[in-house]
Amino acid sequence: MEVLVSLSLGLLSACGIYLMLRPTTFSVVLGLTLLSYAVNALIFFGARLKSTAPPLTIDGLSGQTDPLPQALVLTAIVIGFGMTAYLMALALKGKAESGTDHVDAGRDP
Amino acid sequence: MPRRVAAQTAVQHGMSNISLFLILLAPFAGIFAVSVAAGFSRSLGAWAAGASMAAGLVAALQLAPQVFSGSVVLWRVAWLPEWGLDFALRLDGLGLLFVVLILGIGLLIVLYAAYYMPQTDNLGRFYIALLGFAGGMLGIVLAENILLMVVFWEVTSLTSFLLIAYKYADVEARIAARLSLAMTGGGGLALLAGALLLGHVAGSYDFSVIEDRAGLVRDNALYPVILILFLLGAFTKSAQFPFHVWLPHAMAAPTPVSAYLHSATMVKAGVFLLARMYPILAGTELWFVIVSTTGAITFLYGAYIALLKHDLKGLLAYSTISHLGLITLLFGLDTPLAAIAGVFHIINHAIFKASLFMAAGIIDHETGTRDMRRMAGLFKAMPRTAILGILAAASMAGVPLLNGFLSKEMFFTATVAHPGFENAIYLLPAFATIAGMLSVAYSVRFVHDVFFDGPVKKTPKVPHEPPVWMRLPIEVLVGLVLIVGFLPQLSVGPILHTAAEAVLPGPVPDIKLAVWHGFNLPLVMTIMAFGLGILQFSRRHKLYALRDRFAFALTSPVAFERFYRAAARLSTALLAFADTQSLQRYLALFFSFAVIAGVWAWVRIDLTGGGATVLTGPLPILAVDATAVVAAATLVFAALGTVVFRHDRLKALIYMSVAGTVVSLAFLRFHAPDLAMTQLSVEVVTILLLLMCLRYLPERSARQSTTGRRMRDGLLATAAGTGVAALTYAMLTRPYETIAAYHMANAKPLGGGTNVVNVILVDFRGYDTLGEIAVLAMAALGLHALLSGTRMQGPGGPTLASADRYPIMLAELMRPLLPLSLAVAAYIFLRGHNLPGGGFIAGLVAAVALVLQYVAQGTDFAGERLRINTVRLLGIGLGIATLTGVASFVFGYPFLTSTHGYVTPPVIDKFELASAIAFDLGVFLVVIGTVLLALTELAGLRRAEDVAVPAKGDA
Repeated sequence: MEVLVSLSLGLLSACGIYLMLRPTTFSVVLGLTLLSYAVNALIFFGARLKSTAPPLTIDGLSGQTDPLPQALVLTAIVIGFGMTAYLMALALKGKAESGTDHVDAGRDP
Repeated sequence: MPRRVAAQTAVQHGMSNISLFLILLAPFAGIFAVSVAAGFSRSLGAWAAGASMAAGLVAALQLAPQVFSGSVVLWRVAWLPEWGLDFALRLDGLGLLFVVLILGIGLLIVLYAAYYMPQTDNLGRFYIALLGFAGGMLGIVLAENILLMVVFWEVTSLTSFLLIAYKYADVEARIAARLSLAMTGGGGLALLAGALLLGHVAGSYDFSVIEDRAGLVRDNALYPVILILFLLGAFTKSAQFPFHVWLPHAMAAPTPVSAYLHSATMVKAGVFLLARMYPILAGTELWFVIVSTTGAITFLYGAYIALLKHDLKGLLAYSTISHLGLITLLFGLDTPLAAIAGVFHIINHAIFKASLFMAAGIIDHETGTRDMRRMAGLFKAMPRTAILGILAAASMAGVPLLNGFLSKEMFFTATVAHPGFENAIYLLPAFATIAGMLSVAYSVRFVHDVFFDGPVKKTPKVPHEPPVWMRLPIEVLVGLVLIVGFLPQLSVGPILHTAAEAVLPGPVPDIKLAVWHGFNLPLVMTIMAFGLGILQFSRRHKLYALRDRFAFALTSPVAFERFYRAAARLSTALLAFADTQSLQRYLALFFSFAVIAGVWAWVRIDLTGGGATVLTGPLPILAVDATAVVAAATLVFAALGTVVFRHDRLKALIYMSVAGTVVSLAFLRFHAPDLAMTQLSVEVVTILLLLMCLRYLPERSARQSTTGRRMRDGLLATAAGTGVAALTYAMLTRPYETIAAYHMANAKPLGGGTNVVNVILVDFRGYDTLGEIAVLAMAALGLHALLSGTRMQGPGGPTLASADRYPIMLAELMRPLLPLSLAVAAYIFLRGHNLPGGGFIAGLVAAVALVLQYVAQGTDFAGERLRINTVRLLGIGLGIATLTGVASFVFGYPFLTSTHGYVTPPVIDKFELASAIAFDLGVFLVVIGTVLLALTELAGLRRAEDVAVPAKGDA
């Protein structure tokens, strides 16, 4: 399972980074979203895989996972939305000002 | 050494006094007072400025008895103790002298400026800069720590830049300000280097300690370097040759500024530094040679050029340079008497030169010109001002019974039989007489050309006496000229003695301040200087002719400006080279750097055990199940699909959402229900957001990457992905230490909740969460700022009839669904503390429910009915969250301390209510606000488009 998880995260990051290096603003947003999936999951898996229950302190549950990475990732996911929205606003503003969706529009070629 | 003992006892007994800090605080507090007061009226601003100067003066005078009794007042607050930087202040005789000069003359300048400056100027900006400058000066003279002194030194450089460039519309003022900033700022850098070296050599940055180790400093091999760095600072600030060039051009400043900065304070900072460092750095051959030579050249050169200037302020500027040269020379001569004469001349020069500048300002103000060739006979037009000006100029020339005479005679006495010139005993007195002669000549010229020299000439304005209050500052200063001149011992004797104690390392010789010392060599020198000076003046036209024939541009700001522009061009070019402003390039560099750093770390690992054991940790490997394989395969398919179909944007979006769904399923599989719910709802709003944006982005990008570029990026991405995979694997197979046990054990007893993730978010790490929702709100507001008012044009083509724009089925279904989904959100919110849920997730669910109304029925329909001010919602949410934290102060607990108890509301079952739920409510509102603001803002683009299109059609 560890191998599977690692390869999945590696692939997500690779796809994300490749898209972020594209010249189109929309691709960069897609890439950043993929990369944040990978990074969020990486932090989340900091709790390892072996636990058997969610972090609730209810009677009858045992082997709960580490709650701290989850708390960190939860806010990261929501902030990720804020960041995506802001990035899209930048992309739209860039399009409105320069007329293209190239990330380096406005730069002298 | 009586003073040093006193200083030490002061340190030991902690004789510190808050008044000392108040002196320094007064002008800075005055800045705020003025900024408020000047908004109401011009005169109120002036009163505020004057009051703060007066307050500082009162605080200083309160401490004066302690200083006169021989002790050094200290005040200290640790600032960066590990770097030896304390906010340490001290008040000794020298400091007191300067404090009185800075604040006393400052007070007069405030009054003078209120009349001098044009009525149209409300003076707020002027007084703020002036007070900032006064504060900087006070900081320099009160600093006990050298580094602190350097900080205030820079404050004076910056504020004087603002003051010189006060009339910033004037290009000359701007160039002059830049020139002076370059010179004094450069000197400031040298001073900083010198201060750091001195602190390093002496082992302390405190003046009292360094003074005790002065011998150590002078014997150190670094002494010449330290001395030259300090002197660079002093000479640039005090306009010593060849660094004097900035001062004449700084006359572009308004005259009150010249009177304050360029006679009494700013330029005195340099000589103050000489005086302050005198017990530490003086007493060597090097000091004597450099300081006295520089001072002598400046003294003579300034006096000579002053005689040639036709501009009234130009004459005064060069005469100031000359007198600063004299003071420098006196410190350079390095005898106790000369040093005392130097301190004495600092006082005298400040008094008569400030009054002369103010008189020149009145003349300029009343006649409309500063050119001495265009004015004459002003004595008849303004006799009172003329008498004041004549007295001040006479003091500058050194006429007996005026204060300037006393220090000049002390200077002559110091030159006679100076131990450094045993073989050429007449050299120094002769030089002094020549320089004295030139001072007499330009002083006579000032008086003659302005006040006499025939009938009144036709000037731009008809001259008459200025307002009484404008003349008052000059009357005060000229009054001091006379008092000091007649009764020197009674008036300045005590302060001069205490100041001399601070300057001289050894015992202070008996200072005989008297008007009449008998018929001796210095008196002969004075008489000679007067005779020759008047003779020189009568033959001045020959000098003018000489000057006109050999006009040279040594002081031209043009050269500086040329240099300045070239430097600016060079740095622009360098910046353009380093900063290509290409996101693609930055990101490629960034990822390459990360990959290289990773590879480097990998290479450094000891691989004797084989690569596999390094990678794999000791934890047992979990078996793979079929679900996991299917999920991973889906993820691979989705991620690759996003990349492959990136140009077919809708398809790419669908692939991406599949990847997101797999990630949220993975969260669920590995026991994170909160995360799975969050990821899923974020996925929904993100996809909605991106779909709305698609309309405004072109379907095909303008420029495509070359194959080479794609190969490069592919390699980089593969390398990075491999690194992430290896890192993840290495992490997953290793055990770790965690603080989870604490959270698990205390969530219920301390946080009152069983959902530990939520308890961490709203309680244990509530402060983090507060920061995070603040970031979220900022992102939403940033988006709002970027997009509001932006007009975007979507693709053309047939528009749908408005009836068909919103599908009936969806619209009908969504209306009853809204209360249902809001109820679900409320449920998720309330149970969040104990079971998966909470403010973040509930906020997202509620936002999705609301957004769906917009999608189904259109922004106009939904917007009219929902009427949510999203920006205000963000504010309310943040406010609630913050207030919850603040509320714990009321009960005497730290910020964001939570409490909890059981409540049994009607209808609903008994449940536990923690104060954290209020905090969570804030989170809930901020999340709703962010999502709604982002999506309605984008929807607003569409509406703007609808408005814009018919307008286009009409035209």
